Amino acid sequence: MDTVINILNSMAREAIAPQTAAVAIAVIGLNVHFGFTGLLNMGQAGYMLVGAYGFAISVREGAPLPVAILIGLAASVVLSLVLGLPTLKLRGDYLAIVTISAAEIIRFIGRQPLLENVTGAAQGIPGGDYRVPFQDLSFLGAGQTSFGPWNYFNTGVNGWWVRVVAWGVVFLGVLIVWLLARSPWGRLLKGIREDEDAIRSLGKNVFAIKMQALIIGGMFGALAGMIYVLPSSVQPDSMGRQLTFFCWTAILLGGAATIFGPVLGAVLFYATRIFIKGFANATVPDSIMNTQQTEQFSWIVVGVALMLLVIFRPQGILGKKRELQFNV
Amino acid sequence: MSDHDQSTQLAPPAGAAEPGSTKSDPILVVDNVVRHFGGMTAVDVGHLEVQRGVITALIGPNGAGKTTFFNLITGFDRPTAGAHWSFDGSALDKTSASRVARAGMVRTFQLTKALNRMTVMDNMMLGARGQTGENLFLSWLKPLWSNQEKEIRDKALGLLERFKLLDKQDDYAGSLSGGQRKLLEMARALMSDPKMIMLDEPMAGVNPALTQSLLGHIQALRDDGMTVLFVEHDMHMVRHISDWVVVMAEGKLIAEGKAGEVMANPVVIDAYLGAHHDTDLGDDALLEEGSDMEEQLADEVAEEETSREDQA
Ligand SMILES: Nc1ncnc2c1ncn2[C@@H]1O[C@H](COP(=O)(O)OP(=O)(O)O)[C@@H](O)[C@H]1O
Ligand SMILES: [Mg+2]
Repeated sequence: MDTVINILNSMAREAIAPQTAAVAIAVIGLNVHFGFTGLLNMGQAGYMLVGAYGFAISVREGAPLPVAILIGLAASVVLSLVLGLPTLKLRGDYLAIVTISAAEIIRFIGRQPLLENVTGAAQGIPGGDYRVPFQDLSFLGAGQTSFGPWNYFNTGVNGWWVRVVAWGVVFLGVLIVWLLARSPWGRLLKGIREDEDAIRSLGKNVFAIKMQALIIGGMFGALAGMIYVLPSSVQPDSMGRQLTFFCWTAILLGGAATIFGPVLGAVLFYATRIFIKGFANATVPDSIMNTQQTEQFSWIVVGVALMLLVIFRPQGILGKKRELQFNV
Repeated sequence: MSDHDQSTQLAPPAGAAEPGSTKSDPILVVDNVVRHFGGMTAVDVGHLEVQRGVITALIGPNGAGKTTFFNLITGFDRPTAGAHWSFDGSALDKTSASRVARAGMVRTFQLTKALNRMTVMDNMMLGARGQTGENLFLSWLKPLWSNQEKEIRDKALGLLERFKLLDKQDDYAGSLSGGQRKLLEMARALMSDPKMIMLDEPMAGVNPALTQSLLGHIQALRDDGMTVLFVEHDMHMVRHISDWVVVMAEGKLIAEGKAGEVMANPVVIDAYLGAHHDTDLGDDALLEEGSDMEEQLADEVAEEETSREDQA
């Protein structure tokens, strides 16, 4: 019984972790790209890393918090322009190739020993270098607050403050996407997803609209990166292909082109993984599978689950089956 | 349309004319549009004028280059250097597809491009021009565009009613029959109030029962003052509604004139017979209202639709 409660508690903690919120925001951005517009962004983690670097380096060099956030966002806009200008007129696969390579290039550049003084190379940038102005904003005070399975410092490095802000941003992101998706602009995105040429024949500037969507989704990615690093540090290797893969899993799980799908997908993804890990740890003796192996096992299960999902419920949990029926 | 200058030699000739003949009031003037695919010349049009306010049919056997020609002049494909064409007085060379459409020349596609995972109504509303809510920076403020949205919706409802799609407005476009999708695409194009509409085989794949009403729609557009240019490879269809016929074969214009004259033209007959010997498929009985054939087909269509609904 105790183990069950332990597993449930750690699932609950993972569900509201700032990192989970950060991934939810990244997936909200990916949803603007893929779900609504049909843009294949295979490098959302690259956007996160660019945002995190822009933000962390600016704060470290003395920029005020709002300016640092704007610099992180601006960096993602530049990335969108660089990636989008040459590819958005071409077939969709080109954007996929370019985003996947760009994300890797950014990570490799960040790791370069030459840039030790800027990006901290492979060690990254320690959280203490950029976290303070954010923590100083906290009005939650000192001390600790307990709430069900959740017990954290009010402010702290990884406490209630960063959680409240992170989920506040998630809420804002959902609101923004909802406002955009219900508008005629959102209708254009879906039209482009269905058939670009049809939209062109109606006199719309498809390239400009795709670029706008790429920029907005990328800005969500950058914002996600900033939140991702607030309770930890900027580690280029923690924002690699794997994180992009998590984002894709979450969006397919929750349901692309839905409003709440990205959030549901991200929360379920992280909570389920903790469940698999905890369950395997508790039921399989160490002689068969030790803790490190259960970690790997949990990834295998996630991969299999993703395959099953795509086969049996391609529209995700919140998606509409009928929409997929007409997918030609 | 007005006949005031019919007497001048620039007026549309009464009968057959040389391909590329001049018109009294051309809305579209095309010069030197050439396109090669590998070694093959798909389109080689020296000069073509399309008269304003009439229905012009562009006919020719399969593979004549009609679709490619449409693609070229609507910005979906690029002709080789030296091409010039202008629409309603302004040059269109080197403009993008969306600019061509904004100039007032809107097309449909031979392979229908309905937006399948969107509703019929959403398809229609995408056709409207100048929407405030399509501006990203204003889109999140609904009060700025909700009135315009209502107007556009009313306009869409009117068109859907005219095209007998009103009861389908909330269905996904992908659930419509092929013919209904053709109608939807045409109605969507009309949402932008084009000066000229270009239809690529609007009748292909449409049930003969629907064909009659489709022909009616096209004529009604002309009567509203719109210019219609449509592609068809079946000459018999064309005879019923077109005011002027342009014939294309192997990329070139080979004849133009009134339907009757053109079809009697040995060059045209040759082009058709050379292409396929069973040309005389066009059975006029299919087009006459109230014929047994049509009733029979209408029944079949109805049956097909009920079974389709059962499946859904
Ligand atoms: N993208 C393409 N690549 C190569 N050949 C093409 C292409 N598009 C059309 N063609 C060729 O050009 C010729 C004209 O085709 P098309 O314009 O579709 O004819 P139509 O519409 O009159 O039936 C055909 O021989 C066709 O095979
Ligand atoms: Mg064709």
